[in-house]
Amino acid sequence: MFTFLHKYASPQYFYSWSASWQKWASIIAALLMSVGLYYSLLNSPADYQQGETVRIMYVHVPAAWLSMFGYMVMASAAIVTLIWRIKVAEIMIAQCAVIGASFTALALITGMLWGKPMWGAYWVWDARLTSELVLLFLYFGVIALSGAFDDERAGARAAAILTLVGIVNIPIIHYSVEWWNTLHQGPTVSKFDSPSAHPSMLIPLLVMALAFKAYFFAVLFKRARTELLLRERNTSWVKALLKEAV
Amino acid sequence: MSEFFHMGGYAFYVWGSYGLTAGVLLANLVFATMRRKQILQQIQELSEED
Amino acid sequence: MRLFLFIFKRDMLLAIRRRRELANPLVFFIMVVSMFPLGVTPDHAFLAELSAGVIWVTALLAALISMDSMFRSDYDDGSLEQLLLMPGSKVVLISAKIAAHWVSIGLPLVIIAPLMSFLLFLPPQALPSLIITLLISTPILSLLGAVGVALTLSLRGGGVLSSLLTLPFYVPVLIFSTMAINAAAVNQPVSGYYALLAAFLIVSILLVPFAVVAALRVSYN
Repeated sequence: MFTFLHKYASPQYFYSWSASWQKWASIIAALLMSVGLYYSLLNSPADYQQGETVRIMYVHVPAAWLSMFGYMVMASAAIVTLIWRIKVAEIMIAQCAVIGASFTALALITGMLWGKPMWGAYWVWDARLTSELVLLFLYFGVIALSGAFDDERAGARAAAILTLVGIVNIPIIHYSVEWWNTLHQGPTVSKFDSPSAHPSMLIPLLVMALAFKAYFFAVLFKRARTELLLRERNTSWVKALLKEAV
Repeated sequence: MSEFFHMGGYAFYVWGSYGLTAGVLLANLVFATMRRKQILQQIQELSEED
Repeated sequence: MRLFLFIFKRDMLLAIRRRRELANPLVFFIMVVSMFPLGVTPDHAFLAELSAGVIWVTALLAALISMDSMFRSDYDDGSLEQLLLMPGSKVVLISAKIAAHWVSIGLPLVIIAPLMSFLLFLPPQALPSLIITLLISTPILSLLGAVGVALTLSLRGGGVLSSLLTLPFYVPVLIFSTMAINAAAVNQPVSGYYALLAAFLIVSILLVPFAVVAALRVSYN
């Protein structure tokens, strides 16, 4: 079975099959985003307590979910890198870090913009906000480390180790609102319970969340394929590909 | 219509958030595209050196 | 076990021979803590409120800047490579090195922490928790610092990058330790915090050395 998987993971093969995945991810992302935005801004009710600020939830929560999801994708790539040393996975680590960092920052800032009208403060040092900030620093660390090595493959392996050491932060972020009774509200959507939010708010939230995830993969594949061309530039398939393009 | 822009007085916060989101989404796309162009050019230059 | 003791004794011997260098983090600790009453305010009540956090952050920084010594000199003269080629478990070897580093650098910080608490007027009922949290956490700091150093060993700008990589991991340790001390200062229960820190310590001791060995392999690529 592994020879089968290795074939798909080879740079040349990956470059060709990921092209259609990238295209479809982009299309799905664009569609879901349009539907999601329609529901978020136009077709959902204002909250009884929070008023119109509840609409911020439709971008803040998907961004926060994506910040953690991105880290898990990066961690998966890290495991593949360390065990099987697959080049494509090595490239994925740094690219996930860049995209993940941007969404972590987005989650933090939209959180601040939601916090000010809701709680009266832009920032509090509660468990979830602090651990999300730590997540941003972890992403920066991965980006810095993978770029610091002359040999990019060694850099990717170092970044993989760092990623896996830092993975403890993800459950801390996720469960922080259950473990500590502080400011940030409790979990609304859980895998096992029926969600405590009304469908009119749940649907825009889930659509936007899926839109963000599709977008993540679209950008990830685009960046990874580009990086792949650079690293494999001396192989015959890349040379042939570029000659064709010109 | 103006109610839509006003967002119950929270215009700054709501539109700020959505604007930033749009910004991040656009920025990721733009940077990815720029990087692609940059790398294609870089490969071109490197292969001309050989 | 014999390997552990052998490496531990070796590193301790090397540390004792360089004992003047061991004083550096302690002097740093004392000087920086002293800067707060000098640079901010000598007001008793204000300092007392800050004392837990200031002492802890300073101890953390003192430990952070001395992390480099864990592997650097052995790396530079090639003896680390030789040690890694020795038969026997690399994980045990690395654990011994980290343990020696903690005893020579982390433990002295714990020992002079009470002196620092007098300088900043830490409420006396909080002193035991200061010592206990530092005692439990400084090994965690040494372990996590080892990961940062090992990852950046072969890099030119390694020292600063190592500190930047390690600091995000230090944040939860710092938070729980200072929460414990501040709780003790107002006579609130602290055993929950100690349990959590102890759990961190146990998990770190069990898992981190493997990460450090993996990181050293990358650096010795």
